[in-house]
Amino acid sequence: MKIVVNGEPRAVTAATLSQLLVELGFSGRVATAVNEDFVAASLREQHRLNAGDRVEILAPMQGG
Amino acid sequence: MKTYYGTELPNPLMLGTAQYPSPAILEQAFRESGAGVATVSLRREGAGGTGQTFWQVIQELGVQILPNTAGCHTVKEAVTTAQMAREVFGTRWVKLELIGHTDSLQPDVFQLVEAARILIDEGFEVFPYTTEDLIVAEHLLGAGCEVLMPWGAPIGSGRGLTNEYALRAMRAEFPEVPLVIDAGIGLPSHAARAMELGFDAVLLNTAVARAGDPAAMARAMMGAVEAGKLAHEADPIEARDMAEASTPVIGKAFLS
Repeated sequence: MKIVVNGEPRAVTAATLSQLLVELGFSGRVATAVNEDFVAASLREQHRLNAGDRVEILAPMQGG
Repeated sequence: MKTYYGTELPNPLMLGTAQYPSPAILEQAFRESGAGVATVSLRREGAGGTGQTFWQVIQELGVQILPNTAGCHTVKEAVTTAQMAREVFGTRWVKLELIGHTDSLQPDVFQLVEAARILIDEGFEVFPYTTEDLIVAEHLLGAGCEVLMPWGAPIGSGRGLTNEYALRAMRAEFPEVPLVIDAGIGLPSHAARAMELGFDAVLLNTAVARAGDPAAMARAMMGAVEAGKLAHEADPIEARDMAEASTPVIGKAFLS
């Protein structure tokens, strides 16, 4: 299935958002959004992905 | 003592965490100055997990975390970013930035009020990055904001308080509201001036992070905000146009 992760087109096998994080090797403190909507960590397992989804995976970063 | 959504801060200095030459110097600037609040952000996580390393650094600072929505241009974007930040940083605090103009990074105050209302309804404690406009300030307070953060000058410009008249008016209009000068500070004298005017705190980043010696500048900023605060509380004299002798005239010897 083709989706977009952090702006990059990716072909993935994951069916859910939590599987996607495992497949792409993301661990630790990240927050997720799909198609511009926040998806809480507790809902990632039940959040099914669809072809063309835009997934954002964000982490703590320096800021002013 | 004023609080920030019920939280007392140890001192009036809030520091950003961006643009330091290294994480070690960032840590040194916080440790040596004693700043009690650190602003942070969220960005796309890379393959190397750089965000996780930064998270470790931030946790070790042991200060209050204030996540921002820097770079957001729409209500939707800012609200989603705030929701993500709340989960990642484990705080209801959010420095709400809605950028309206690319060159000046001036806040889009119309969207700011709208986003503030949504976030407060969702239980956030919003620190809005705003202008010195009194009517906007009233709307932000009406939306439920308990803190206001007017700009001193455009972000990163280091120009100090460019509209002191309006900032003074804002201070006078909202005596009970915690007011933080956010952005535009370049020198300790600017920070001291903000505190002399009666502002409750100063938030700055570039002036420290881009200084030749960030830790020394952070210490200088802390000295400045503490001096300014003390001066405000000490009720300074009014400036006058003509001299007024400070040494008593009575009893002066007649020697000419």
